[in-house]
Amino acid sequence: MNRINQKLKEDKKLLSIYFSAGYPNLNDTVSIIENLEKNGVDMIEIGLPFSDPLADGPTIQASSTEALKNGMTTEVLFNQLKDIRKTVTIPLIIMGYFNPMLQYGVEAFCEKCQQTGIDGLIIPDLPVDVYNERYKATFEKYGLINVFLITPQTSIERINFIDSISNGFIYMVSSASVTGSSSGFGDEQTNYFKRIKNMKLKNPQIVGFGINSNETFNQATLSAKGAIIGSAFIKHLSKKGVNTIHEFVSGILR
Amino acid sequence: MKYNISNNGYYGDFGGAYIPEMLYPNVEELRQNYLKIMAEPSFKEEFNQLLKDYVGRPSPLYFARRLSKKYNTKIYLKREDLNHTGAHKVNNTIGQILMAQRLGKTRIIAETGAGQHGVATATVCALMGMECIVYMGEIDIARQAPNVARMKMLGAKVVPALSGSRTLKDATNEAIRDWINNPINTHYIIGSVVGPHPYPDMVARFQAVVSEEIQWQLKEKEGKTTPDYVVACVGGGSNAAGAFYHYLENTNVKLIAVEAAGKGIHSGESAATSVLGREGIIHGSKTLLMQTKDGQITEPYSISAGLDYPGVGPMHAHLYKTGRAEFISITDDEAMTAGLELSQLEGIIPAIETSHAFAIFDHKKFKADDVVVINLSGRGDKDLQNYIDYFKL
Repeated sequence: MNRINQKLKEDKKLLSIYFSAGYPNLNDTVSIIENLEKNGVDMIEIGLPFSDPLADGPTIQASSTEALKNGMTTEVLFNQLKDIRKTVTIPLIIMGYFNPMLQYGVEAFCEKCQQTGIDGLIIPDLPVDVYNERYKATFEKYGLINVFLITPQTSIERINFIDSISNGFIYMVSSASVTGSSSGFGDEQTNYFKRIKNMKLKNPQIVGFGINSNETFNQATLSAKGAIIGSAFIKHLSKKGVNTIHEFVSGILR
Repeated sequence: MKYNISNNGYYGDFGGAYIPEMLYPNVEELRQNYLKIMAEPSFKEEFNQLLKDYVGRPSPLYFARRLSKKYNTKIYLKREDLNHTGAHKVNNTIGQILMAQRLGKTRIIAETGAGQHGVATATVCALMGMECIVYMGEIDIARQAPNVARMKMLGAKVVPALSGSRTLKDATNEAIRDWINNPINTHYIIGSVVGPHPYPDMVARFQAVVSEEIQWQLKEKEGKTTPDYVVACVGGGSNAAGAFYHYLENTNVKLIAVEAAGKGIHSGESAATSVLGREGIIHGSKTLLMQTKDGQITEPYSISAGLDYPGVGPMHAHLYKTGRAEFISITDDEAMTAGLELSQLEGIIPAIETSHAFAIFDHKKFKADDVVVINLSGRGDKDLQNYIDYFKL
């Protein structure tokens, strides 16, 4: 069974962390992943940096730009990760934009993910219908779970469609925004989380965008299976460096 | 072979809507409604009326006597430079502001490179009394000060794009991010035939008035609706899309797309996307774009700010791949020389973008009885400083 599905069966709220591979330093990737696992993080999204990250706010844009300057490429990332399964057991997801994967070759990319021990992909600009028609078979051939986003504006029909072709979890974007721009959740979010919970989808939901504290983590996971933190973690890395990851994680999970 | 768009939003292999889910409701709303709205009699009436009374259409089709004599062929100029705001851009912004109103939107965002599309957007927002926010790369703001001032005078807010290379592609990214953050009340007026479906098709249809007029104007002058060649410069490709539109499926009309080679195609400072680009995804569209081996989008260069976009619209990618259009790359030097020549032979100072289209005569020979229509997409007022610096006038 895919590590993501196994993890989703655990009777706990899941904390997932996103970071941009190659940031702050090119070769921090493996130590960040190992540190996150050691400190109790349940799942990791490894950001494959892109020059034009449309769905991201200033924090992730900046870390992506810096990572590219540091020399990060698809090939470099796979090389860094080649022995990752000797030390790390939690689910690992690559999150990135579609063009670098398209240039690598979608099938070659998926095959490399499988060899490396990557469990799933999140590709914000690969539309659901294109995936379903052209790439679903390839992803499944290499045992990869593709994760789709929904937002407060996503229609019920579309959520049901996304649920029907998903086989891991649904990434529930907390509000209409790019990453890193929200502070705290209001009634609007709470109602949206509840509304989705009441749909009784076959895939569990994990909330992302706007989670940056113990409080927002708890609010998000009241209805959802887990939460994803990206920008807040990257800000922490920028200020305090790779050696203080335990401080960040314990601040969220306290 | 079909050259115009398919029902599912593709030109051959190119196009589509590769967008984050956050944009899906906006883009889908537009996709479901744009053709319906454009077909409404009240929409057509208002659009045509504004093009006539406000923009000053039809723009003349002018027989360039001295230029024709010099190159021993029959050259007609489609005078989009005479439009209000000085270029073809306003055809699209008039159409899109009427579209936005009918979709119930109250806030307009746009991207701009040289500022021409920003000015055309700010203009129609003033006309309709709508809030207008224009994203512009920090570097472009510094080098296009007069257009920034125009936008401000028209009541628009100009927001600097500070990310990435701080030019047109980053301004586009910022506009898209704004739209993600404001999904309900905002319409994004894209300035070229780029972006996710239905934008390339919608913008092409608003610009199609150019070739629609060429047809009947040429009939009056030459007794036939079809020229032998239509020539236009291509950055994203909206003026070319408009000039080609009604001739796309008529292969007796040869199409020539002129790209900016910058300091030379292989100089590392170029915007010749057809030569240097590969298939990929930029701003929600599958098309040809300049990128690294690893799929990172690279920064193009041209002396003309309106042509330094790292991609081309998906229609043009298809016209290139199928061979329907011939693509010619013109350097900065060739374009500047051609701009000066047009000024002195015909008394028309073209925008530097447009000057590229006038530099093809060293690359392409025409027969004496060929009818060649060149889309004179914009006037050169905005480029005066560049011409002054280049020619030490």
